[in-house]
Amino acid sequence: MATFRLQGTRVLAVDLAGEAVKAKNGAMVAYDGEMTFKKMTGGGEGLRGLVTRRITGEHMAVMEVRGTGTCWFADRATEINLVRLTGETLHVEASNLLATEPALRTGTTFTGLRGASQGNGLFTTTVEGSGQAAILSDGPAIVLRVTKQTPLTVDPGAYVAHTGNLRQHLQSALGWRTLVGEGSGESFQIRFEGEGLVYVQPSERTTIGGQL
Amino acid sequence: MTYPPPPAAPPQPPGGPVVFDAATLPADDNVNPYAFSVALDGQWFLQKGKMIAYYGQIDFQGIGAGPLDRLIAENFHSPAHAADWVVAQGRGRLLLADRSYDINSYDLDEGNLTIRSGNLLAFQPGLSLKQSIIPGFLTLLGTGKFVAASNGAVHFVEPPIRVDPQALVGWADCPTPCHHYDHAYLRGVLGGIRALTGIGGASGEEHQFEFTGAGQVLLQSTESVLAERDTGAGPQPGT
Repeated sequence: MATFRLQGTRVLAVDLAGEAVKAKNGAMVAYDGEMTFKKMTGGGEGLRGLVTRRITGEHMAVMEVRGTGTCWFADRATEINLVRLTGETLHVEASNLLATEPALRTGTTFTGLRGASQGNGLFTTTVEGSGQAAILSDGPAIVLRVTKQTPLTVDPGAYVAHTGNLRQHLQSALGWRTLVGEGSGESFQIRFEGEGLVYVQPSERTTIGGQL
Repeated sequence: MTYPPPPAAPPQPPGGPVVFDAATLPADDNVNPYAFSVALDGQWFLQKGKMIAYYGQIDFQGIGAGPLDRLIAENFHSPAHAADWVVAQGRGRLLLADRSYDINSYDLDEGNLTIRSGNLLAFQPGLSLKQSIIPGFLTLLGTGKFVAASNGAVHFVEPPIRVDPQALVGWADCPTPCHHYDHAYLRGVLGGIRALTGIGGASGEEHQFEFTGAGQVLLQSTESVLAERDTGAGPQPGT
């Protein structure tokens, strides 16, 4: 059983005893023991996954790390958040996924218009199964609960991931003011409704919608 | 094998990360060092693109929008920055953050504070915003709360003091600073040539801002200035 431990908030240590974890390509910073690193074409989802990822632009460079010992992962000193999944689905941007336990399956889903405003494409990566996943955020992620009574609205640039049974739709407040350069800067927002958790980062990535 | 405890152990409760909801988000306080939660009931001025999430009914209006004319007339006097600001209106909890820099909130009580424009995130309408005569700085006057970012924690020092221009975040209550140049560096013909051309080596510390009088000076722990940036220009790609 691979165990994920955080050392500090920016390094993930994974203890392995012969099994394999999937991790972002090139994210290994150190290892102890015997490890082999294998590039997985198409995120290790087979030919269909590869084609899907190519088509959808949710390109994910993943490696399989197998061995015994401890392997440390980090990516650009960004914060790492552990998410424990028990059967539910985690939706995460491919670039924010650092590592997943072997029991977890990854895939691609259609997210609707949100991705278009975010510049990340119309698709997002899903992680399903039981186990731990490590996700990256610029600054420690804030976990926000969405309930039926309290829907949540998120800036697309700050969105990292979500779990649970959530419906999302893109809100846009484009009007003539946007066209004359008097936009509010918050013209595109994603509204989450239902029950679940949303991870946001205290920073905004470059988005097309952010300019408006 | 044992490892020393990490320098900044994550505050991870046994049940996993802290989950906030509309009721448990702090009211007008920091969620963590990098994010601030505003309990909005009315209006706040925000710099564009600093909102990361909100609960409740909130809408965002550009500064030029008609219904806000009175508010703007009373509280916003900076045409150069008008395009960078919006008014958030409504009720709910509003999360603010900026490039994962340290965020702090400050209370002004009939006070005045001048701050680098790129560092200011948001302020209550009790405060009025004016352009400082120092380029790139904004002055807040009145009573209310405002939220500012700094690259690294903010330090408060009292005048008389000379500070590095890049490390300066802002100042409160004391007179506007003046420039100070090291005398030895400027003395003589050679010094003059050096100062003008940079030939002959410069330590980079010959020029400071000098503060005198009573008040407080706010410094950040880095010399990389928080430049004003276009909204949405994010951190490095991929995060």
